[in-house]
Amino acid sequence: MSQKILLTSKEVNIILHRLACQLIENHNDFSNTVLIGIQPRGVFLAERIKTILENSYKVKEVTLGFLDITFFRDDFRRGEKVLEANQTKIDFLVENKKVVFIDDVLFTGRSIRSALTAIQSFGRPSTIELLVLIDRRFSRELPIQPDYRGRQVDVINNEKVVVNWSEKDGEDAIYLKEKDN
Amino acid sequence: MELSVNHLLGIKYLNANDIQLIFETADHFKEVINRPIKKVPTLRDITIANIFFENSTRTKLSFELAQKRLSADVISFSAAQSSVKKGETLIDTVNNILSMKVDMVVMRHANPGAAYFLSQNVKASIINAGDGAHEHPTQALLDSFSIREKLGEVAGKKVVIVGDVLHSRVALSNIYALQMQGAEVKVCGPKTLIPKYIESLGVTVETNLRKALEWCDVANMLRVQNERMEVNYFPSTREYAQQYGVDKALLDSLNKEIVIMHPGPINRGVEITSDVADSKQSVILNQVENGVAIRMAIIYLLASKIQ
Repeated sequence: MSQKILLTSKEVNIILHRLACQLIENHNDFSNTVLIGIQPRGVFLAERIKTILENSYKVKEVTLGFLDITFFRDDFRRGEKVLEANQTKIDFLVENKKVVFIDDVLFTGRSIRSALTAIQSFGRPSTIELLVLIDRRFSRELPIQPDYRGRQVDVINNEKVVVNWSEKDGEDAIYLKEKDN
Repeated sequence: MELSVNHLLGIKYLNANDIQLIFETADHFKEVINRPIKKVPTLRDITIANIFFENSTRTKLSFELAQKRLSADVISFSAAQSSVKKGETLIDTVNNILSMKVDMVVMRHANPGAAYFLSQNVKASIINAGDGAHEHPTQALLDSFSIREKLGEVAGKKVVIVGDVLHSRVALSNIYALQMQGAEVKVCGPKTLIPKYIESLGVTVETNLRKALEWCDVANMLRVQNERMEVNYFPSTREYAQQYGVDKALLDSLNKEIVIMHPGPINRGVEITSDVADSKQSVILNQVENGVAIRMAIIYLLASKIQ
């Protein structure tokens, strides 16, 4: 399987800081803002952003939750495998809050569509924004675009974007891999 | 991961991995049913028929709620108001329902093996909600799930099943489920209410309630099923309560704190007294809450396998 590196650890770090700064620009002290990491892979990015906001930019107590979208997906019984759920951890209401969805890769947009429905179980947010590390261009199946994007990439069909995080995969790096057939 | 079966007919058709998968899925659904909005749209395109040939309140409500929380379409019917009374056979009744495009059938029936029979003869996913004195798999799963929630794990725990084991489908399913997960099981009750060859299932028998309670971590108190008794199995309810009922004094006199379970409905003052049922050692109402989560998990996992 061939792979090429899209972003190194250093580049990822620079991008995360930029994204954090863009969030501060729009959300000031985060008193009415909640960050929601989309399970499973968005949670690492969300935790990183929270840490950067609190440690490097002295934002006090950023509220963070994890949202699992399994039961809200539109492909139940359409694939080969049973859809397995992950933990949802939102111990606050999002009523009238500014919600920022955080996910690693934006591809077809269907996960975000599911997340838009799933979040309604926790109240009616005043606004919802989307932050993604990698935006795969020309692959959207729904009219969904990010408000904050780390890097935009063009990927052809038999390739996929793999995001590695040091806490799970041993390194921060983003690869473009050819799919096994 | 997926279930090894296409129907839930009994615990004995499952394996330990299936139980683990059901519990992990139920954990997620328990979180869902504690949200401000307790519904997920997963089973929008699934229709489920609940067919109850025997009376039930808790199980039927629990199944219906689980199905509605998953957004399935639900039709429910009780035999008392149906054409079964006019002489229609079981297969005909169910096939008539299935021809209205039903994907899954939840059935309670007085005959042991009814669910298995149905699974061999109709094209739908079958969930056994109790078949005579045979099995009641969802109850056993929610019981084990409640033990896991209260004590951390089921493996290595000692569980005594007290009372009317003879007429109990809950007892049999619990024995299978607990042993599959590595728990030790004892049954306790008057000799007349303990099946003769129960030891062949690998359980021990104790007729002295105090000894049984001192041995166990969890006591599952079964209901005395008067409606299934055509002869007298014990002299009087009062005597049964004295010998095999748990009251607060007995519970407090034990050298450790045990967990009290009951599948319901409780005969208060017979199997357990009110102060035991309402004590902090009792997980009876947790069992009911967990019942919805467990049934959501089972329906979700079985529905995933419908072609």
